[in-house]
Amino acid sequence: MKTYENTGNKDTRSGFGAGLEALGKTNENVVALCADLTGSLKMDAFKANHPERFFQVGIAEANMIGLAAGMTIGGKIPFTGTFANFSTGRVYDQIRQSVAYSGKNVKICASHAGLTLGEDGATHQILEDVGLMKMLPGMTVINTCDYNQTKAATIAIAAHKGPVYLRFGRPKVANFTPENQDFQIGKAVHLQEGSDVTIVATGHLVWEALEAAKTLHAEGISADVVNIHTIKPLDEEAIIASVKKTGCIVTAEEHNFLGGLGESVARTLATSHPTPQEFVATQDTFGESGTPAQLMEKYGLNAAAIVKASKKVITRK
Amino acid sequence: MADIQKLEALVTQVRRDILRQVHKVNSGHPGGSLGCAEFFVALYQEIMDRKEGFDMDGLGEDLFFLSNGHISPVFYSVLARSGYFPVEELNTFRLLDSRLQGHPTTHEGLPGIRIASGSLGQGLSVALGAAEAKKLNGCSHKVYSLMGDGELQEGQNWEAIMYAAANKIDNIIATVDLNGQQIDGSTDDVLELGSIRAKFEAFGWTVLDIEKGNDMAAVVKGLQEAKSLSGQGKPVCVLMHTIMGNGVDFMMHTHAWHGKAPNDEQLATGLAQNAETLGDY
Repeated sequence: MKTYENTGNKDTRSGFGAGLEALGKTNENVVALCADLTGSLKMDAFKANHPERFFQVGIAEANMIGLAAGMTIGGKIPFTGTFANFSTGRVYDQIRQSVAYSGKNVKICASHAGLTLGEDGATHQILEDVGLMKMLPGMTVINTCDYNQTKAATIAIAAHKGPVYLRFGRPKVANFTPENQDFQIGKAVHLQEGSDVTIVATGHLVWEALEAAKTLHAEGISADVVNIHTIKPLDEEAIIASVKKTGCIVTAEEHNFLGGLGESVARTLATSHPTPQEFVATQDTFGESGTPAQLMEKYGLNAAAIVKASKKVITRK
Repeated sequence: MADIQKLEALVTQVRRDILRQVHKVNSGHPGGSLGCAEFFVALYQEIMDRKEGFDMDGLGEDLFFLSNGHISPVFYSVLARSGYFPVEELNTFRLLDSRLQGHPTTHEGLPGIRIASGSLGQGLSVALGAAEAKKLNGCSHKVYSLMGDGELQEGQNWEAIMYAAANKIDNIIATVDLNGQQIDGSTDDVLELGSIRAKFEAFGWTVLDIEKGNDMAAVVKGLQEAKSLSGQGKPVCVLMHTIMGNGVDFMMHTHAWHGKAPNDEQLATGLAQNAETLGDY
């Protein structure tokens, strides 16, 4: 069994900030827009070093999306930054018409996604954003798992032509993927070789999946673990290859089971390789205030929940 | 000097194009289209500095963004007659597999269109983004936009209006089509807009009126004045007073023809009032 070392807890949003700042130095077409959350999005370095390419739009997210769409006309590559809720649900029609349908090269970068936003509560804890974004034709949807991967993904999406939704979060979590990794959009990362159950996870749940695999291993259950950082386009080949070995699958995500990664995986398997599946996800509910750890425990989004789901799905083979 | 007579002749032909497009598919929006015929002809034939051909980035030329996308018939007619695509293609308006969708879109690759519009209130933000890109690119050309007056009820416009003044975007000339009508009735009845001039001025814009928005000479003069007022640290707003349905007597001064096509008889009447000038498609 492979071991993964946590090189120290770091927030994924800081990975975004670092990636954006790196892009600022190397790509003069990259511009950044922020709706009054520069510090929260870790965009300060880009703002300080490239003030002429940083646009503070105020608390006006709809205008931000429209501005970003317009800036692509003239060759700019706009990165918008605000919380996931205000990046998606609040501006869905602006994204739909001015960005997705218009085929604009806008990178919608969303922090504080999901329950791990914590104490601010359900108004800010969007658990529907992946579903909203993946339903838009032509939209690429990425949910990174740690600091290093978020930084790499931020840099990678600048080179991808077309709209992208990049989702990351607030809390400091394990940083375990390689520094300066080659991030390939749409390519799953195989983390653990196993034969009894497949665990595919995205975002903050990837580390939890690795922890769950350790627990399962100690109990004699061998888990195949796959990091699905790109929910759309989904690496169907990697998922099917894994379930062909294991015969069952658990999907894990910090999102509603409706519209999330699990649903995309279920569709893939239903049409190509029907397989018993369990969903580690929120169960069509809003969140609430609490610490990130408390919330992930209460809503069943941690390693223990993945272990439980794995044991259950194995019995359904 | 603008050849007003020549521009007016084109307007007459554009009115025919509008009526024939919507009549053929028994759908579309003739009222607002007719009201803005002079504006579009003036803009594309006289005011804007345009390059040959079309490329999305539009560096080194003026750009135009239509926010109230439902007046696509006038946009398509003027784009075609300005050389962006064959005039015959107006025959495909709103038909299956056409590049001339009900509302304008980049999705089918129609030359001349730089953003999809239809869902209201988004065009000014996009135009401002393009204006910012022009500044970043060191391009001294202007960005023009058009929105409806009823459309100002959409809140996003006011975010954009605030942003433009705060950021001194002075390469934008945003025109409001003041025809006083929207789908459910007059703008005063549906949701009173108050003084649009006072609102724009309070937000820090330079505002000028074109009182006769269906008088070609007045439209050309007004837009030239707007152009001369740009580049002075403030965004420029043109309040263009138009008559919905202008040029077709039974369609004028009413919201009834906002989104309704004429029948055969009504088409004949409308065309009789606008004799062919440049040739029908």
